[in-house]
Amino acid sequence: MTTITVQINDEITAVPASLSLTDLLIHLRYQEHNFAVAINEAFVPRSQYEKTSIQTDDRIEIVAPMQGG
Amino acid sequence: MNLTPEHAQKPSPMSWTVGGKTLNSRLLIGSALYSSPQAMQGAIKASGAEIVTVSLRRQSAGDQAGKTFWDMIKSLNCHVLPNTAGCHSAKEAITTAQMAREVFETNWIKLEVIGDQYNLQPDPFELLKATEFLVNEGFEVFPYTTDDLVLAQRLVDAGCNILMPWGSPIGSGKGLMNPYNLNAIRQRFPDLTLIVDAGIGKPSHAVQALEMGYDGILLNSAVALSPNPITMGKAFKSAVEAGVYAFDAGTMQERDLASPSTPVLGTPFWHQN
Repeated sequence: MTTITVQINDEITAVPASLSLTDLLIHLRYQEHNFAVAINEAFVPRSQYEKTSIQTDDRIEIVAPMQGG
Repeated sequence: MNLTPEHAQKPSPMSWTVGGKTLNSRLLIGSALYSSPQAMQGAIKASGAEIVTVSLRRQSAGDQAGKTFWDMIKSLNCHVLPNTAGCHSAKEAITTAQMAREVFETNWIKLEVIGDQYNLQPDPFELLKATEFLVNEGFEVFPYTTDDLVLAQRLVDAGCNILMPWGSPIGSGKGLMNPYNLNAIRQRFPDLTLIVDAGIGKPSHAVQALEMGYDGILLNSAVALSPNPITMGKAFKSAVEAGVYAFDAGTMQERDLASPSTPVLGTPFWHQN
């Protein structure tokens, strides 16, 4: 299986090549829906996950609710 | 008391509209820094706040902390105001706001763009840039700003319906460091929704801001870091009510000289010298 490296929440991670964002999230086992994603500092709406291809060296941020002031 | 129908129908001064919602508490409260989730829930309920600030952080797969927290906040039946805490540029703040809108399903955003790590002062230039973008994207921007009158005007020009000038630096508890500037903003924008955000340390600080005519108070540390956050939540509830009623009633004119409260005429033993 061909892999590429990406950064997920600032950690370098090897993932299969040619994944969509939907595939990546399944691969990473993100099951809940209370998170949001940005790639290379740009927000990716949930409606675009399927159409978004993961590329080598992408910087992917996955965030969820937490306490705030 | 003889209430005429006119008086009886007068809406409570506590009622206000912010971001399209009509609310009865002038307190906005943070959800961070509490010693336990139970303390957070208890303090928020005791404070009577109807708006709770929340945030977003990185989360790994399988980590349930975000879901647990979010379920707890939803159970409070409050409106949520997501923030962009930790952002240092307009770009970061814009992306965070967009992610927050999707996760929390609200177009409200407490826009924070920090310009200085020492006092966590907002960066006015990046704040304005992010505000212009987000207003055009349909966000209701609650900008955390300094008490600078010119910046306030620029934010209003950019489309803000709400301004949130700081009382003093975040978490300092120093109260209203520059009442003159805060008052100048109030006088310049008499119809705008103004909320003092940051620096409130004691209920008396909240009273001071509301007596000045500010519409609301946003705080977190003052309640969360009290040894008894639930009781302090109650104290702020009372303080906010006191400040709003005082402003609604109107305060007396200050005088330089003493003036007796008790009528002098007919005082026993009184005689003219």
